[in-house]
Amino acid sequence: MDQIWSMLSDPNMQWIFLGCTLLGLSSGVIGCFSYLRKQSLMGDTLAHAALPGICIAFMLTGVKSIGLFLIGAGAAGLIATFGIGYITRHSRLKQDAAMGIVLSGFFGLGIVLLTLIQHGDYGNQSGLDKFLFGQAASMIGSDVLTMSIVCALLITACTLLFKQFKIISFDPGFARGIGYPVAFLEQLLMLLIVVAVVAGIQAVGVVLVAALLITPAVSARYWTDRLGLMVVLSGLFGAASGAVGTWISASVSNLPTGPVTVLAATLLFGVSVLFGPKRGLVAKRLMRRKVKQRFNRESDPLAQSHVKKKEAAL
Amino acid sequence: MSEFWILLTGALVASCCGILGVFLVLRKMAMIGDAISHSVMPGIVIAFLLSGSRDSLLMMFAALIFGLVTTFLIQMFQQSGIQSDASIGVVFTALFAVGVVLVSLYARQVHLDQDAILYGEIAYVHWNIWELGGINMGPKAVWLLGFTLLVIAAAIGLFYKQFKLCAFDPALAAAIGIPVALFHYLLMGLVSMATVSSFESVGAILVVGLLIIPASTAYLLTDRLGVMIGLSVGAGIASTVIGYYAAALLDASIAGCMVCAAGALFALALLFSPSQGIVMKKLRLRRLAS
Repeated sequence: MDQIWSMLSDPNMQWIFLGCTLLGLSSGVIGCFSYLRKQSLMGDTLAHAALPGICIAFMLTGVKSIGLFLIGAGAAGLIATFGIGYITRHSRLKQDAAMGIVLSGFFGLGIVLLTLIQHGDYGNQSGLDKFLFGQAASMIGSDVLTMSIVCALLITACTLLFKQFKIISFDPGFARGIGYPVAFLEQLLMLLIVVAVVAGIQAVGVVLVAALLITPAVSARYWTDRLGLMVVLSGLFGAASGAVGTWISASVSNLPTGPVTVLAATLLFGVSVLFGPKRGLVAKRLMRRKVKQRFNRESDPLAQSHVKKKEAAL
Repeated sequence: MSEFWILLTGALVASCCGILGVFLVLRKMAMIGDAISHSVMPGIVIAFLLSGSRDSLLMMFAALIFGLVTTFLIQMFQQSGIQSDASIGVVFTALFAVGVVLVSLYARQVHLDQDAILYGEIAYVHWNIWELGGINMGPKAVWLLGFTLLVIAAAIGLFYKQFKLCAFDPALAAAIGIPVALFHYLLMGLVSMATVSSFESVGAILVVGLLIIPASTAYLLTDRLGVMIGLSVGAGIASTVIGYYAAALLDASIAGCMVCAAGALFALALLFSPSQGIVMKKLRLRRLAS
């Protein structure tokens, strides 16, 4: 425990801690919109698809910089989105199969490239496999800075375009009717999801970064029916899980950040499922009991009078 | 000889996955297959920690339980009002995270390599030999996969009509008294079995590629279920063989190359399938116009 506290006084660690919290916050905020637009698994697909992008960026430049990886992964993510759209539009395969194909195909390609890099003579390649499960502690100052700036930009974009995103999440037809550029906004939202996923890769890893988009949003949905509040709550849940994940993984050796962050988010999800007002399991159970009691109370005299009538008839 | 065993293992994996993948694609549950292949991970690790060996029936059993738990949890959250894809996302990331944490915590003490679980080690298959009374019976993985394939073929063969009806028209199936939920869980159980017996060869993440991609390729080529299963298995085996030689040529991951080969075959089917292919449709239109 002392070790964990002393870690927080390390300035480098403070930066990483801050970066991951910010990352959780921004993914939680974006995740709300992708959840409401029924695109939760899109984040997962984009994250897996980012792996070959990262590998190609590294093979071309030979540098491990988060900025370059952002570009590579972003390009791969856009190709993946396009691929999914193309398959669903031009064949009879449904979206889930298209996502599965693109996800595993790109990931397979990524693994091939990763092994090529490992077997080839690229200097300075160690640690590239950290991208699979994330290792926040391995980030250096400039990485944290890039990540923080990206996350801040994401949050700003969501705040500025809140009204527009709200309307295309709930009623795209109406948005088109009142003259919003719906196609553009949808593409923009997709781009923001790609950026959020890519920004999280170094901290949380390719395989699990999607959970940062999905789980906080679903948890927040249990507490409220208002989008504004949901976005805030989801951001807070995401930030808390990012912080806890970094904190625990940095203090236990050889423990990747991604899974710990996801487990923290899942814990919050479990609490929400149980104790969410109205939707939570406990609230539902209480409500059911109350209704039952009321029903018994109200139907009791009725039943008695029914019995009496029967007796009178006999 | 090693080449033969590797190719045989790959062909068995492709057959197991190819048969089941057809039903996943037809029932629009491709992503549930993905979820199961991720979430059997803690089952594999827990069984490994308990038994200390890599090829036990316990592992199969644990993975089966986790596969069914995944299916059940997804169903439960869906019924409590969460969108289906979000509930898939929440469940499998959580279970997979548990698995990775367990591996990272205990990997030092036991011989369980994180990379082996994720990408498989099909190249070492022929070193893990099963000996019975001093007689060399061939690689253990081949026996395990053969057994799994037998179970899958038996289950699908016995209940072919029921599975077919559930795949195309679950409402009708329920109306004429087929226990649709039972067959749903049976299918999911088979998928988890296939995943766990393949994980050693191709890894937990890439199983999903062999589940979905060959089946989708077959879906583009035919309209008949029986033919589709055959084509799916064929496409799977072809991608195994192509992938193996490509990997030998490039000196890269065999499992990765197998999935890439499957992806390439799918792209070919998408473009040139006689009935559905994009290029073929264009050609037909042009011929009609002229």
